[in-house]
Amino acid sequence: MTEIFGVPTQALFGQLLIGLINGAFYAMLSLGLAVIFGLLNIINFTHGAQYMLGAFCAYFLLQLTGVGYWWSLVLAPIIVGAIGIVIERTMLVRLYKLDHLYGLLLTFGLALVLQGLFTNYYGSSGMPYRIPEELNGGFNLGFMFLPKYRAWVIGSSIVICLGTWFVIERTKLGSYLRAATENPSLVQAFGINVPRMITLTYGFGVALAAFAGVMAAPIYQVNPQMGANLIIVVFAVVVIGGMGSILGAIITGFGLGVIEGLTKVFYPEASNTVIFVIMVIVLLIKPAGLFGKER
Amino acid sequence: MKGIKRSLIGLAVAAMFGTGAAQAQISDGVVKIGVLSDMSSLYTDIAGKGSFVAAQMAVEDFGAAAKGLKVEVVSADHQNKPDVGSTVARQWYDVDKVDAIFDVPTSSVALAVNQITKDKGKAFIVSGAASSDLTGKACSPNTVHWTYDTWMLANGTGGALVKTGGDTWFFLTADYAFGLALERDTEAVVLKNNGKVLGKVRHPLNTSDFSSFLLQAQASKAKVIGLANAGGDTTNAIKQAAEFGIVKGGQSLAGLLVFLSDVHALGLPTAQGLVVTNTFYWDMDDQKRAWAKRFAARNDGKYPTMVHAGVYAGALHYLKAVEALKSDDGTKVVAKMKEMPTDDPLFGKGTIRPDGRKIHPAYLVEVKKPSESKGPYDYYKVRATIPADQAFRPMADGECPLVKK
Amino acid sequence: MATTAAPPAAAAAAGEVIGAAGDTRTFAIATLAMALAFAVAPHVGVYPVFLMKALCFALFACAFNLLIGFGGLLSFGHAMFLGVAGYASAYSAKNWGFPPELAILFATAVAALLGLVSGALAIRRQGIYFAMITLALAQMVYFFCLQAPAITGGEDGIQSVPRGRLFGVLDLSSTLALYYVVLVIFLTAFVLIYRIIYSPFGNVLKAIRENEPRAISLGYDAERYKLLAFVLSATLSGLAGATKAIVFQLASLTDVHWSMSGEVVLMTLLGGMGTIFGPVVGAFVIIGLENYLSGFGQWVTVITGAIFVVCVLAFRRGVVGEIGAWWARRKGRLGGRS
Repeated sequence: MTEIFGVPTQALFGQLLIGLINGAFYAMLSLGLAVIFGLLNIINFTHGAQYMLGAFCAYFLLQLTGVGYWWSLVLAPIIVGAIGIVIERTMLVRLYKLDHLYGLLLTFGLALVLQGLFTNYYGSSGMPYRIPEELNGGFNLGFMFLPKYRAWVIGSSIVICLGTWFVIERTKLGSYLRAATENPSLVQAFGINVPRMITLTYGFGVALAAFAGVMAAPIYQVNPQMGANLIIVVFAVVVIGGMGSILGAIITGFGLGVIEGLTKVFYPEASNTVIFVIMVIVLLIKPAGLFGKER
Repeated sequence: MKGIKRSLIGLAVAAMFGTGAAQAQISDGVVKIGVLSDMSSLYTDIAGKGSFVAAQMAVEDFGAAAKGLKVEVVSADHQNKPDVGSTVARQWYDVDKVDAIFDVPTSSVALAVNQITKDKGKAFIVSGAASSDLTGKACSPNTVHWTYDTWMLANGTGGALVKTGGDTWFFLTADYAFGLALERDTEAVVLKNNGKVLGKVRHPLNTSDFSSFLLQAQASKAKVIGLANAGGDTTNAIKQAAEFGIVKGGQSLAGLLVFLSDVHALGLPTAQGLVVTNTFYWDMDDQKRAWAKRFAARNDGKYPTMVHAGVYAGALHYLKAVEALKSDDGTKVVAKMKEMPTDDPLFGKGTIRPDGRKIHPAYLVEVKKPSESKGPYDYYKVRATIPADQAFRPMADGECPLVKK
Repeated sequence: MATTAAPPAAAAAAGEVIGAAGDTRTFAIATLAMALAFAVAPHVGVYPVFLMKALCFALFACAFNLLIGFGGLLSFGHAMFLGVAGYASAYSAKNWGFPPELAILFATAVAALLGLVSGALAIRRQGIYFAMITLALAQMVYFFCLQAPAITGGEDGIQSVPRGRLFGVLDLSSTLALYYVVLVIFLTAFVLIYRIIYSPFGNVLKAIRENEPRAISLGYDAERYKLLAFVLSATLSGLAGATKAIVFQLASLTDVHWSMSGEVVLMTLLGGMGTIFGPVVGAFVIIGLENYLSGFGQWVTVITGAIFVVCVLAFRRGVVGEIGAWWARRKGRLGGRS
């Protein structure tokens, strides 16, 4: 049965693949957080709520305007990203000169507000959202039945993650961004509009969260609590990976997904806790995270 | 003119006599009903504001004013937290002069309120909570458990499915007291009916991704996958089961605790074929349909779940007992409620046992296919009716200290 | 990004004006006034159970404030002390028949031990990493409590905890008697915290908060001071949790959940970090709000979040801190005497 150590290899592969797929979600979400913290030193607790907004945006687009999944993948991040930009311009900008902990508290408060408002109007059971026709059904891989949608998730996630990493670490724009966080006044002296870059970066991080939300809508219920449940885990991922490191977030996301998947096979009751145990261990040995640099 | 004048006089006389005598024993001259529910998290749609609406409807339909009884209904949110719930209950009983508390989904809160109600001699009519301990180890002379409980769910769905061919089971259980109790009770039923349990997996509460567990369930090749969980866990599991083609692959899903609102949230294409036990469904006869339409009009168009129906019926019966007794003393009213047989448009005729368990028939329903449904909330087809005397745990098995052996 | 003074320093500077930098007389008068107000309150119609809840949370917030306001360490996992002590107190009272004073003492000791262990692990890191470790530890404690129903009752929690007789004499099932016991516990702990803050130990702690390298260069073992502050904070939080369990006769998962950790941060922030009376004010406001709004259930979360946002943006010194700053400005304008 499931509790015996000698799980048949076929079943194990299936679980590993599932773990990888979950890891893809963690990676996408923690990517947004890592970008925001790494480049802006803001701890964005609202990330979970923005993920939820992305999913709801997809739901609204479908219900109110008939816009389907594929367009939502593009529109929802833009819309939610714009909301993020408004938040940054009106509220976060006042906190840059203070301790980062204030940013944490502000975004925590915002998350509560968003979640509370949506729960008021939409209850808690969630809204239905279907998998788009093209992605229905699945592949029979022999050791398991892989739904097409899950394959899509892992594929697009890898593309987005690598794409983001590439832009930040390997392009000129990325290097301006990284320079701006190290020494904003100098970079500004070169004529680069640093505040605007910061705003756009925050918007981008939020858009990533919303994108993950749209991807989640067809498989997890679109409900106001969806972000709250995930945010703490995603934080753990980012902390383990190294709070400023893009690559760290990506690799840790996938890695933790796999570890969690294995735990679900051998000791499922602990599958929620294992991430935190790892986080404590990593923080004690290497507080900056596996790939991070101590600031 | 004459007619009106006469009825006004009649009313005044009745009021004088009625309220005169009633006021002597109704505390503070008002019968105050408190609906304590979850208004902001997991069970908002299952109970929540709808329970408050149901209670108000019961008070109006009872015709309190005409009978000379002053009845007030208040509500509060316990947020699924036992300490919030117990604070509200205490304040209601001590300060706000509430005489009876209704609903209370979430067993941990219900157990806390159960104790406080007993300590203060008030009345508690549970509709939302599931724990069968409320009529078992924790039974009290001040509590009536309406609507459903874990034993009934296990026996209803479990028993019926095994008897119709679902004899191999795999459990997906939420790893906490409620889920484990549900799994234990259902497993007992399956085994009793010569079924086999091929495996179980326990998942943490509030899991969003079930793919790993569903894979294990698929691999077991059990005919029935029992979902011993509730709320978001159940809906997520069902949604993802559809994705993995579990039902298409020939296995059936047994949602051990599923409400009409959950099916609405999932949508029929995802939920079709699900087998569930409920004790109330609005589309079964004209009386229920009429009531449901009235309810929906006051509840933002959402149709009633069995929890809402339980609050309505429980409140009606409570008020009848108060009227008969001319008193709102909790312990006495509950005793009277057990003495009087129940009769309401939603649950029909029934009784309340000495251990506080309300007895009524249960219905095994299957969720319709999208093509079979004619409109929103037209979701169930009734597959079987479990008669009242078989639906609930036999009193002797409950270990309730109130029941003499 | 440039960071300036740690959050509590600004508030502390303001708050030091009231209860003023060791001015025992002002503090004594204020505390006496507060004690009197509380003693009289149930007799003028305030519901004692509400007061007891607020007092327990006020104690929790004061204990938390000791760590962040004066130690400069933001812990995001303080709920574990409140909750675990609650469970210990409830369990010992219910299953081992401990009388209430023993149950509370036992639970406080458990919280101190937990504080020592978690502090030893967390203190080694700073700032945001410290906060994250405390969060992770608290999550682990939460899952332990969830998964050990034999001890903690899991989702149901520990119910029907007996209130017992204090010292075998005072029957605590009388709400009023229990109220005065809780009030005494609160006032004792409150004065104790004040003495801790305005002691040599407290001064070193504040020095470490302001400039750790300098304090170390002066010969102080910063780690040990921080650890001691952490353990003290944990112990007093445990006291609050243990008392609360006896008052409500129940211990549940809510008290170990991370949102409880967030709530105590809010109470302290709203009241005024680094002030003495701030956390008390903050706790009363938040508990009062929750009480008042429970009829409008859904809005509690929204309003709590909104208060957080407003406080962080415009009201960082908190209620007491703002009053202190206003008072200082007024004194300054009058060319005041000190």
